[in-house]
Amino acid sequence: MKTLSISVAYMPLVDALPLIAAQELGFAEAEGIALDLVAAPSWSSVRDMLSFGRVDAAHLLSPMPVAMALGLGSVTTPLAAVSVLSANGNMIGVSRTVEQRLRDQGYGFDFGDARAAAQALAKATEGTLTIGVPFPFSMHVELLNYWLDSTGLSDPGIEIRTVPPPLMAQALRDGSIDAFCVGEPWGSVAVEQEVGALLLPGKAIWSFAPEKVLAVRSGWAETEPELLMRMMRAVWRAARWAARPESRTAAAEMLSRPGYLDVPAELIDRALTGQFIISGRGDQRNTDGHVDFFDGAANFPWRSQAKWIGSRLAHRFGLDQRQAQATAAGVFRSDLFRAALQNTGADLPGASQKLEGAIRHPTAVASLKGGLILKPDTFFDGQVFEPLDEK
Amino acid sequence: MGMSTPLSIVVVEEDRDRAIAIGDALRSSGDCEVHVIVDTSGLARKIAAHAPDIVLIDYDNPTRDMLEELTLASGPLERPVAMFVSGAAGGLAQAAVEAGVSAYVVDGLRPERIKPVIDTAVARFQMVRQMRTELAETRRALEERKVIDRAKGLVMKAKGVNEEQAYMLLRKTAMDQGRRVADVAEALVTASGLLS
Repeated sequence: MKTLSISVAYMPLVDALPLIAAQELGFAEAEGIALDLVAAPSWSSVRDMLSFGRVDAAHLLSPMPVAMALGLGSVTTPLAAVSVLSANGNMIGVSRTVEQRLRDQGYGFDFGDARAAAQALAKATEGTLTIGVPFPFSMHVELLNYWLDSTGLSDPGIEIRTVPPPLMAQALRDGSIDAFCVGEPWGSVAVEQEVGALLLPGKAIWSFAPEKVLAVRSGWAETEPELLMRMMRAVWRAARWAARPESRTAAAEMLSRPGYLDVPAELIDRALTGQFIISGRGDQRNTDGHVDFFDGAANFPWRSQAKWIGSRLAHRFGLDQRQAQATAAGVFRSDLFRAALQNTGADLPGASQKLEGAIRHPTAVASLKGGLILKPDTFFDGQVFEPLDEK
Repeated sequence: MGMSTPLSIVVVEEDRDRAIAIGDALRSSGDCEVHVIVDTSGLARKIAAHAPDIVLIDYDNPTRDMLEELTLASGPLERPVAMFVSGAAGGLAQAAVEAGVSAYVVDGLRPERIKPVIDTAVARFQMVRQMRTELAETRRALEERKVIDRAKGLVMKAKGVNEEQAYMLLRKTAMDQGRRVADVAEALVTASGLLS
């Protein structure tokens, strides 16, 4: 069988692991394909490379293809999110100045209570709180807005500003931001450079947020279904490997190479184990499953997750809710995910959408093989998102 | 076209000399005002202050994501900026992206006004990119030479051999281990630093 090459653009982040492992560990080869991985300098360039055909697939922030389908932002090529590459994995942190003000109030940095963190942060803020995020269409922005809206933290005045992740530590140092929400390893890099402290993992706001997706052009999905399915299977098997605790050491070493993330393996290991050093004082906090690559059907692109994103974007940009949710749902291609993984041993859920935020404990659900257990997907404020019906 | 006001172009380029070269090339290609932004902190705000028709930025510049905020500006007085490629003249845009230029263009600008700007920018950015690659390679070669010289010195002292023999030994080790001479030299220099 001739090996066919598929070019894939990615941003050098811990959650690019399933793509990198699919190529490095032979999961791609087993499907008769090779992934030609192209590191990108910015999310805009990942999007453009995919939109204009320089690559055929990409690691994307989950809201990006939804925003494009809604006509938001500068490029609107129709894309298909064929699987979720990871759930959670973002980190919220603050500058040393804000950290000190929080400590002066007696705040304990519990690393879990989102409401208490917001209250403490509101008290520690004088004037406007400027928060750095990697991209305007990102789970980072959606989580921050959700958190700010339902805690009243937006009252002191919040400015959310785009800062490329590798420049986040510098922006904290020069005072152009007071806080950040960013994917690992960049939060830990800020701690290591002694310019910031970690406040909350993203999952303290939404415990099962679809973070990155594997995206292709919708047109390409139609003309190259066979290649697409092979890639999806290879990446799914790599994700299964990545989720095993015994893979962590090898995964951290692999990602740390100069060709990929080029940061020390020890920093990457923090995101994989969920054991973080949160400040220059060296205090440690643990979070269970900081980034989820596989368990609890993490890779399944739930139409209701897309609708949540669509709903939040509609709220922010004044679009029609029902229409935005319907358009968004069409981007998360649970149909293609089912088609690609039906004979692989994957346990697929019976439904393609769910209430988001209603699962409070690990819960068995109807599935192809009857063994699927979903993980808690609650929001910190206990709200449940009920997706609107599509007419 | 003769009656229209000059195009206002913003070039984002952190290297001042190159920024000036690009600006000059654009000015000579037609009727336009060129503003150069060298310091990229607060980039979106600086660009918005110029209210340009076109923004040009190197494709590899990571601060490019800051520009995406401009496309979200929704106030009635703010000028909508869209990436050029989303507009009608798709072919030109693809050429720009492939050449490594990102162009953000105000919606509704006529393609015939944009084309000379993009053509000039593509040529100039490509030249800048090539120079940058060459410079990085030269710098790396110089640094590697320095490390190899230090490693040679260490081998000469430790083994009591001359310079040529020291280099031969480094090269043989590299070949045996399937590594580059510079990498072996660097390992040696690091190790000796630890032990001294």
